[in-house]
Order: sequence, then structure tokens, then C-alpha cells
Amino acid sequence: MRHTLSIIVADQPGELSRIVGLFSARGFNIETISVGETLDPKWSRVTVVTRGDDRTIQQIVKQCERLARVREVHDVTTRPHIEREMALITVAACAGIQRQEVLTLVGVFRAKVVDISHTHLIVEASGNKDKVDTFIELLRPIGITDITRTGHIAINRLAATAETISEEEALDLAALL
Amino acid sequence: MIAETKIKTAQKTAGLAELLEPQPTGAEILIEALLYEGVDTIFGYPGGAVLHIYDELWRARERISHYLVRHEQGAVHMAEGYARVSGKVGVVLVTSGPGATNAVTGIANAYMDSTPIVVITGQVPKHLIGTDAFQEVDTVGITRPCVKHNYLVRDVRDLAAVVREAFHLARTGRPGPVVIDIPKDVTAARTSYSRLDHVSFPFSAAGTEPNTRAIQNAVAAMLKSSRPVLYVGGGIASSGSEMELLRFAEALEIPVTPTLMGLGGFPSGHTLSLGMLGMHGTYAANMAVAESDLLIALGVRFDDRVTGKLATFAPNAKVIHVDIDPANIGKNVTPSLAITADAKVALQEFLAVVEKLPAKDLKKGAAQKEPWWEQIRDWQKSQPLRFSGSSDHIKPQTVIRELHRLTEGKAVITTDVGQHQMWVAQFYPFTRTRQLITSGGLGTMGFGVPAAIGAQMAMRDQLVVAVVGDGGFQMTNQELATAVQYNLPVKIVVMNNGYLGMVRQWQEMFYDRTYSEVDISVAPDFVKLAEAYGAAGFRARKPSELPAALSAALLHPGVAVIDVVVSKEENVFPIVPAGANARDMIVQ
Repeated sequence: MRHTLSIIVADQPGELSRIVGLFSARGFNIETISVGETLDPKWSRVTVVTRGDDRTIQQIVKQCERLARVREVHDVTTRPHIEREMALITVAACAGIQRQEVLTLVGVFRAKVVDISHTHLIVEASGNKDKVDTFIELLRPIGITDITRTGHIAINRLAATAETISEEEALDLAALL
Repeated sequence: MIAETKIKTAQKTAGLAELLEPQPTGAEILIEALLYEGVDTIFGYPGGAVLHIYDELWRARERISHYLVRHEQGAVHMAEGYARVSGKVGVVLVTSGPGATNAVTGIANAYMDSTPIVVITGQVPKHLIGTDAFQEVDTVGITRPCVKHNYLVRDVRDLAAVVREAFHLARTGRPGPVVIDIPKDVTAARTSYSRLDHVSFPFSAAGTEPNTRAIQNAVAAMLKSSRPVLYVGGGIASSGSEMELLRFAEALEIPVTPTLMGLGGFPSGHTLSLGMLGMHGTYAANMAVAESDLLIALGVRFDDRVTGKLATFAPNAKVIHVDIDPANIGKNVTPSLAITADAKVALQEFLAVVEKLPAKDLKKGAAQKEPWWEQIRDWQKSQPLRFSGSSDHIKPQTVIRELHRLTEGKAVITTDVGQHQMWVAQFYPFTRTRQLITSGGLGTMGFGVPAAIGAQMAMRDQLVVAVVGDGGFQMTNQELATAVQYNLPVKIVVMNNGYLGMVRQWQEMFYDRTYSEVDISVAPDFVKLAEAYGAAGFRARKPSELPAALSAALLHPGVAVIDVVVSKEENVFPIVPAGANARDMIVQ
């Protein structure tokens, strides 16, 4: 299953490579990764999209938490959340039907044209993974010449009140006997 | 007006004082910070990038003893031997580049075996970092996967805090190695120094109080279980909980099986002890785990050398896992009940619950386990650890038995990895923690000799014996010079079979006897080698020579090497083949 992890780590040199190194050393996969400052500039948020069964995800979380400069790790996916990715897409589209088609799609997907030449357009799109993927798929037949994607960022929804039960508490005597 | 003059004079005086007594350098601060951590022993090897530190170390030689090793790997193994025997943090000082890379094996070893050490490495000056400078490597990058944490100190003002935190990290939670990489110019830069008595960085530190309900549930399950086994590891020694373990096991009459790292955590001769479990564990221990209905894992990490094939490991058992490292829980085996805690704290809580139990409950619990104990006694009787004797060749197992007899079971033993290590684990019954210092997780050949030297440093009056193979001995025997130089009278028993024995055994058993590159019979004369280093050399070739030669070596007041020529193709039994389970155990 796909999970989005939010890792709060001290903004110090080498800390990102510690996290990335841990993923590769332990054979965890990274689908996307993005890093940015948090409210407090001393801390960065690393958002990693990864795949794995529950046990693997739990291991990833615990291994990341073991790092001395990691303050906390959340699996954003376990609660209602908002996920966004941005893509900049260069499309080969000369004036005429092709360009019209691109502009229609831009309208439908609430994307933006950010650059234009006689032969090409650069389109900015954002949304969750599915939306960006679909947008790209629809542009592909027209002629995409380049794509750059940010990777995901995610945040939990406001309404989501945390009610996590600790591992120990969740286990009842019944589970043992 | 007068006040102002006073201030100006004061400022002038302060400036003058500073001129007369400049602020300390990074090297001085490092030494002060180490002293503040209680360091009195450093294992090291000098080089260009650490010259400032060595200069300062010379001035501090009355307060910190530096031991000059012959190879940086040796320094780290010594620090580990020192740390594991004493419970203190071992300290290593090496230079940049090759100094640091030579230390990596030792660091990885300490990481796998959770040993608290701090390794200080020199680095090229800051302005040269990244230029492929002479003796430059990315030490922080190279050591990153095998340390608890590491630092590149770019500013001398951070140095004291880094040292403080490094020691804190090394010794707390699950202990482990920490590396501090210091560029040469940082050790020369000056700043003010004051002792720090707190760690400035916020931690998500382990060591939380165990959940009361979990503790109660665990004890209830233990009482109700009819086939429980306590599976205990290195966490018993790290947490110093051998007394609690003994009381607890006795109170509930639960059989105990230690891992290699757990040997000595529970007295080997005790009626509740099943001996070591795992690949070369006893038949009874492995069968007990295989048949158990409740496995209580304390301070262990379910290593593959213990579990074999995970899917068939302890197939009928519910698992209670207690470990200080949350990441160990559920890593290999998903427990039914997880308690993230220091083994000592957990055992104390268990005991508190047990002590409140009515006597009849305890009695009932014990009665329920009677058939289990009968079964275990059967296993022990039918398949004890055994080997066939010989009158022509010295059997390696005999060497360990004889060593045990001559040392009255009291020596500190260090080993490398391989057959000799397993025979030590099987035939030297350990009775206390910190008595066996072995390379468990990483399986490092060459660990035994330097580890013994480090152990001897920590315990000057203790008999310390390194049991090594002829292969491993040749990997670090240069440290004989260190032992001789500092008069550290370690005894080294070389189990010499002319083979890389464990590899040969596997080739014999699983590769159709194709002995590919395991013959190391072309070796130096170990007696002469010892003598060349200024140590004493002894030899035993025949069984009749063993007792006298071994005893002479052990009684020798200085460093002694005894070359024991053992039977060439002896195998370690029992063996659970890699990736198999206890039922596939080959006993003979």
C-alpha cells in the first residue's frame, strides 16, 4: 500500500542524506521525496511517499525515528489528509488546434500556462497524484517534451482529531492467550 | 566619572588577561570535554589531521592515558573490549582518510553488537574539504550507516556540545558507536570553553516507562503458559539486569536460553539454563523454542542466526518482546505483546507483579509446567553437547574444556568468529555478564586479540584470554606489539587447524567437500612470531601436551601465545543449516 510519511528533521547539513541512506540501506523504496522548511526554520519537513505492507511501514517509521536528529515521523495516510504535487510540463503545441486542445485541458484541470513560444507551452499543474497523472496522460498524445514533478507534500485535515492508541494498549490479554 | 574609569580599567585588564592567557584551542577543548566525560583511556593512532590533538594529548598525559595501537581497526576493537568489560564508553582517536577507513570495521562491529564507543577522527582543514585533498575521505558519509550518529564539527564553538551529546548518545538507549569528525583547523581555532552539563539537543530518546497493563498481561500469560521459554540476549548485560533475570526465572521456573551475546546473562550451570540457542545452539534449547507456546524475548533482536527460517521459527509460540530499541520490535518477528523498555526496568516491573501474586497461583503455574520440564530433561539427556575424543589429535572442544578447568571458569574470554567461537560458546560455561567478549553481529575475524587487550586495560588484575583461530589471529596479530609495549598480559589461544575452519565445514557439508581456498596451512610459526614480538610462545601438538602447555601459557606473567595444533577437520555440532529450522538440526 502507498503511504505518505512526514518526517520532521533538524535543518542541518547531511540530515537528508541520513534519511535517504537509511531507505536504501534497509531496502525501503522511495517513490517521491520533497523537503522544505517548517514553521520553525530550525526544522525541515521531509515528505516521503513509499510503498509497503503495514509491517514495512512500521519499520520505516521506527527506523527513521531512531535517527538522532529526527524529531517525529507521521504516517499522514492513516488519517484524512490533503496531498498535493506540482508538475511543470513542456508541451509541443503550435498555434491552432493543438494549442487549443492544450488550453482546453488546462481549463478543465485548473492548470496554468506559465510560458509560451511559437512551438511550445509550459503548463503548471497541481493536485493529488491521480489528477496530475491523468493530466499528463491526456497531454501525452499532443506531444510532451519534458516534465518536472515536485513529489508529494501532504498535511492532515483540520477535522482529523488524533486518537492513536499505543501499541501496548491495543493488545489485549486475549491476543496472548 | 570614577565608575567609568573603573570599567575602562577592567576592560583593559580583561584584554591583557586574554593576551597573557589566550582562549583554549579546539584540541584543548576536546581534551577538557573528554576529561569531563570521565575519559581516562584512549586507543589511537596519530596522523597529520590530528597533530594538534596529539600535541595537546601529550600535555594531558598525566590525566589521559593514550595507547598507541598498530592498526586503527585494532584501536576500535580494543575500545570495544574495554567498553564491554567495564560498561564505560570506549574512546578512539584516529587520523583522517585511511585512519578513518581502517576504523570502519571496528565501528560496524560496535554498531551490530550495541557497544558504546566514541570514535574521534581527524579531517582535512575545512577549506580543503571536497577537494580530494591528501588523506581526505568523507568519513561522515562512510560511517553513516554503521553509527548511532556522527558529526562533522565545522565550528570550534560547537565542539564541547558535540562531545557532550556524542557520549550521551553512545551510552543511552540502545548503546552504540558515535563518530566525531574534526577538521584540523577546528582543532587549532580558539574559543572560550565552559563545561556543559546538559545535552542541548532534544531527543526522542527511548527508555519510556513500560505500560502497566502490558506488564500485567505478560505475567498473566507466563503463568498460564504450559511451555514458556525465556530467550535472552545482549540487553541483559547492557542493562545490568542479570540479578533480576535470575530472580524472575526462578520465581516462575521458566527455562532460559541465551543468545551468543546473552551468554553469561544467566548462569550456564543453572538448572533452568538450556544453553545457547540458534544455529549452533543446544538441541534442548532449539527444541524448546520450537515447541514453546510462549516465547519471552528479552533484550534480543531475533537475529537470523537465532531464528533460522522465520516462517517456521517458534511456530506454536505467542511472543512477548521486550527491547529498548523500538525498531527491533516487529523487525523480524511480530510479537503478540511488545514492551519497549530497558530489560532491567521491564524485569523489575515483572518482579513487582510476581511478588504480589498469591503463592497458590505460583504453585499452580509451576505445576502446569511439569510436563514441559520433563520433556526438556529428555531432550537434554538424549542430545547433550558432545564430541568424540581422540588420543592422536587435540580436539578443539577439549581445549576449551581444559581452558575452563584451568581458569576455574573465571577468565574473561574474547573470541573472533568461526568454529572456535562456537566451541567457546558451547564448552566454556559463562557465569557472569561481561565475561565473554565476542564479535556477534558483524562476525569480525581479528576481533579477539585487540578486544582482549582492551579488556585487560579495563581490568588489570583479571585473567583475559583471547581464543582465536589461525585465520583470525593473522588478521590482527600485529597488536601483540601493543600488548607487549603496555605490559598487558593477555593470553592468546590459537586454535590452529590450518584451515578457515567454519568455511571449510560449510564446504564439507553443503558444497560437496569442495575445499575452495580455505587451506591456510602456510602460516608463520606462531611461537616464533610471539617471540619476535617479545611475548612468550607455547605449543601443544598432542593431547598429552595440552594441559601442561596451556597451564604454562596461562601462568606466564606476560603476554603469551599458545599455538594449539588441533584436529584439522572437526565440525561444530549441532548445526541448523542457514535458512532451515530447529527440526532440521544436524546433531552429529
